[in-house]
Amino acid sequence: MLYRESGDFKTSYKADNQTFPIAFDRYRYWVVLAVAYLVIPFVITDYWANAILVPFLIYSIAAIGLNILAGYCGQVSLGTGGFMAVGAYTCYKLMTAFPDVNILLHIVLSGGVTALVGAAFGLPSLRIKGFYLAVATLAAQFFLVWLFNKVPWFFNYSASGQISAPEREFLGIAVTGPNTSAWASYLVCLVFVTICAIIARNLTRGSLGRQWMSIRDMDIAAEIIGVNPLRAKLSAFAISSFFIGISGALFFAVYLGAIEVGEAFGINKSLLVLFMVIIGGLGSIFGSFAGAAFLVCLPVILKLIGVDLLGWPTDLVAHLQLVLIGFLIMFFLIKEPHGLAQLWNVIKEKLRLWPFPH
Amino acid sequence: MSADFLYGIEVIINGLMAGVLYALVALGFVLIFKASGIFNFAQGVMALFSALTLVGIMEGQVPFAHLINAIFGTSIHHFGWTVPAVLAIILTIGVMVIFAWMVQKFLFRHLVGQPHIILFMATIGLAYFLEGVGDLMWGSSIKRLELGLPQGGSLAIENLTSGLGGDDFYGFFIDKLDIVATIVAILLVILLVAFSQFTKYGRAMRAVADDHQAALSVGISLNFIWVLVWSLAGFVALVAGVMWGAKSGVQFSLSLIALKALPVLMLGGFTSIPGAIVGGLIIGVGEKLFEYLVGPMVGGATENWFAYVLALVFLIFRPQGLLGERIIERV
Repeated sequence: MLYRESGDFKTSYKADNQTFPIAFDRYRYWVVLAVAYLVIPFVITDYWANAILVPFLIYSIAAIGLNILAGYCGQVSLGTGGFMAVGAYTCYKLMTAFPDVNILLHIVLSGGVTALVGAAFGLPSLRIKGFYLAVATLAAQFFLVWLFNKVPWFFNYSASGQISAPEREFLGIAVTGPNTSAWASYLVCLVFVTICAIIARNLTRGSLGRQWMSIRDMDIAAEIIGVNPLRAKLSAFAISSFFIGISGALFFAVYLGAIEVGEAFGINKSLLVLFMVIIGGLGSIFGSFAGAAFLVCLPVILKLIGVDLLGWPTDLVAHLQLVLIGFLIMFFLIKEPHGLAQLWNVIKEKLRLWPFPH
Repeated sequence: MSADFLYGIEVIINGLMAGVLYALVALGFVLIFKASGIFNFAQGVMALFSALTLVGIMEGQVPFAHLINAIFGTSIHHFGWTVPAVLAIILTIGVMVIFAWMVQKFLFRHLVGQPHIILFMATIGLAYFLEGVGDLMWGSSIKRLELGLPQGGSLAIENLTSGLGGDDFYGFFIDKLDIVATIVAILLVILLVAFSQFTKYGRAMRAVADDHQAALSVGISLNFIWVLVWSLAGFVALVAGVMWGAKSGVQFSLSLIALKALPVLMLGGFTSIPGAIVGGLIIGVGEKLFEYLVGPMVGGATENWFAYVLALVFLIFRPQGLLGERIIERV
């Protein structure tokens, strides 16, 4: 009903190639943005911000980053947690070393530093492929976490080995530290998500994105038709790490405020983001959002049903959650390898022709 | 001989012992990878799960007791009997065979022909699933594994070697359990090699590893072989789980230790059983020596990452691993 295309003709190449080719999608996009920017900040509560919205936004950035690497360029990485830690610690060092510089600039710079680290760890991808590479990225995961745990310079020689974000303001409003209001941290994350998503979308449909996808589909063939694998793979690693670094910086500075690296950025974090990408959809920006939303909401919903409604013990619900996540991963890989994004597309296709599918 | 030198040798010996345990886990990976091209991320969790099951059966725990109690408001925990170790091991093997069959029937049958990386990610999902099921079935507390395996340092070796290095040297400290593990691992390898060389099913397994289509055409059932291979991997996982579990208790970190088998594999090559063993030994010795020589300078705990970085550096020069088959790619 809503997805009528009659009268929605494209008269230029540009119009045909736009992100949302259907008029309804374009309106919906603006409506979603308007609600996110103009309605939610006024109604948001601490619980909603901390339990769902802020982690959802932050994980979305991480998922977009990993999706660029795994979904578009085909290089599966298990080092996401390590790269997020790079972002977080860079942000911490910058915040404490240059207190007067704007915090948002620090977050972007953390992304930049993470991009360099990511590109360095991406170098082996030129020699090794597939799960060899996936295992090789585990080296990044374990080495980086160890580094931030053991070298006191990174946590400013604090006794506990933790890092905690000092209070920083933007336009006179606290965005990090304990006095941050829910809407402020939400809006900071939202701005970053919006910008990252737009950048990612435009990168992936441009020449760079096409190079990534050709490397993903068959790297030797891509090389033969003139794609430079060095440039394509390293740029994928760098740009993906840039996003992941930003999400790590936000995760530390805006969301948690204080972290211990082994706990916050362990191997489980890498797997969680990978799951978001798989469930959401490999090679889809929308999928990154869908996967992040799904895996952020799942524990909350399970807790609501299991602990609050049925009165089960928390550890039991946590175990059930593992089973459920594992099951969903396998289910999606079997039934719908392209994830929630593909499901959404199928529904859209159906709606476009409904009620006369033939 | 100076004491420092002898301590170095002790570190190497202990590294070899640790390497044997890594190789044990790595063997399970190689078996499955050779036969089905699946890189089984869940191997570590399988070791954890089998060890949990073994403990649970031995102590007569009621499976899913926690869940049942939560749903029905009962409070059952144990059947009230204990099962002798041998019987419990046989039952656990039975559980692993059923697990292998279910994995084949419900998961990989539906993923035939998918790219390797999809299969890999499916096994990550499987790892999560199995971990959750293990916790649900047997509870997540740390359990002690009482199989009567010898524990502690071997006094005989310590006394025998204490005279070697003068007054500063007290003899080699070698854990008895490590010695047992080494013997078990050697036996296991001999058993596996004998199985794959001299039995009908072992030959069929090698045929499948060589070429799926050709194996199918001479009448080998791929399904059966895959169940067989997963069962074997489950058995290897049980042995590894028992050894690790006896050493440090059966707990979640078992599955993380097993992740160490991945760099072992990369070093040795995914397709080679001798490679898994050699790789295990190199990693075991390498990380212990590195920790002994360099660790104190950089703050210790280098064992967390050394294996991965070593494998990474190594792969840059030899992508197929030490003894793996050369990777040839065609368009």
